[in-house]
Amino acid sequence: MALYEEIGGAAAVDAAVDIFYRKVLKDARINRFFTDVDMARQAAKQKAFLTLAFGGPAHYSGLDMRKGHAKLVSQGLDDSHFDAVMEHLGATLKELKVPDHLIAQAAAIAESTRNDVLGK
Amino acid sequence: MRGPRLTFEGRQFERGELSLLDCLLGQGVAVPSACRAGVCQSCLMRVVGGEVPERARQGLSATQLARRLFLACQCYPTDDVEVARPDSALESHAADVVAVRALSDDIRELRLRPRGPYAYHAGQFLQLRGGTPALQDAPRNYSLASVPGLDADLLLHVARVPGGRVSGWVFDAARPGDAVVVSESRGNCFHVPGSPARDLLLIGTGSGLAPLQAIARDALRQGHAGRVALFHGSRLARGLYLGDELAALGAAHGNFHFQPCVSDEPATAPIFAGTPLDAALQAHPDLGGWTVYLCGNPAMVESARLAVFLAGAGSAAIHADPFLPTASTTT
Repeated sequence: MALYEEIGGAAAVDAAVDIFYRKVLKDARINRFFTDVDMARQAAKQKAFLTLAFGGPAHYSGLDMRKGHAKLVSQGLDDSHFDAVMEHLGATLKELKVPDHLIAQAAAIAESTRNDVLGK
Repeated sequence: MRGPRLTFEGRQFERGELSLLDCLLGQGVAVPSACRAGVCQSCLMRVVGGEVPERARQGLSATQLARRLFLACQCYPTDDVEVARPDSALESHAADVVAVRALSDDIRELRLRPRGPYAYHAGQFLQLRGGTPALQDAPRNYSLASVPGLDADLLLHVARVPGGRVSGWVFDAARPGDAVVVSESRGNCFHVPGSPARDLLLIGTGSGLAPLQAIARDALRQGHAGRVALFHGSRLARGLYLGDELAALGAAHGNFHFQPCVSDEPATAPIFAGTPLDAALQAHPDLGGWTVYLCGNPAMVESARLAVFLAGAGSAAIHADPFLPTASTTT
């Protein structure tokens, strides 16, 4: 079964997005990168990110990722910040009692965007 | 046999195998879009004739559904439909001024009577857009302070804007019998019945009280059983209004609480000294399971949106209209 279905599909994204986004906003290491646009749009972006990490239908290309984060990279976005986001992704899924082997799969998908997000 | 036909702004298209979004884009109609996966909601449109399939409505909020919005990228209609941009082609309605009443030194209640049927939800807003020379070419958005089924007329709270043409007309010139034109109602910030046990938190400043007290009265009228907590803030005490009416509402409904707040001068109980956001979070530090409505000063709305989310309110349960009334200029 595909990861997206196994993890719970759109309902899982809905359950995860607020938990994840709250962790990000409360993290002083990274929250400055998440407050420049209004919250409703940010929440939609987090939802798109989680959909992607869960193996769902998110049509973002590597180029979209690069363009979308270029401004943040110029403001200092680096590996340490990406690591922090990965931490929150894992903690969110643990909180939702997602089995470890699925968390590992989601983390691997998210990890695969690292170079594009960081403009490497 | 012809396929389902799509009507948009008077033009008709055959959808073929495409999504409604791709069909319109293919015909040169500019529709915003981004994720094409039903997630980002960039491509929201409104159905004005026929029905769109369930799939095109997945993930939308109750208020969006009540406005008949849908996701164009997820829409593969099987029957003829007519669609519009979410805010396009706003209808005009003729109405007459019935009364102008002072709510405070700086706020007037404008009572309008539409000449025909006028449908709206408590908490929505309309555009006051002409009918009398003072209003020509000066469209202004105002929240509706009235509740359908409870108030016979449309009520607007108009704050005095220094040098403002439309507010100047309301304060100094409007008389019963004056003709005006209003748009149909708009906005996603309204109460949808169906969760009568949920707690409702309403936070507003200035004339942002208008839609919030309407939402509160609407919920109570429909037998809302959860708590309904309304926090209204003003920088100065003289900017507070409707205090007696809302205190009476609290006396009639044990689950309704009204808290006026003053932030920029000393205040004593029962008025809270501070912002309505501070008062709300002090009274209700854990907002998990609450539905929140925000209206007023744009900076207050943005900081409140973040604060109530961090206090546990779900992002889909926080409602604030992008339209913010003239509250930012009131005291």
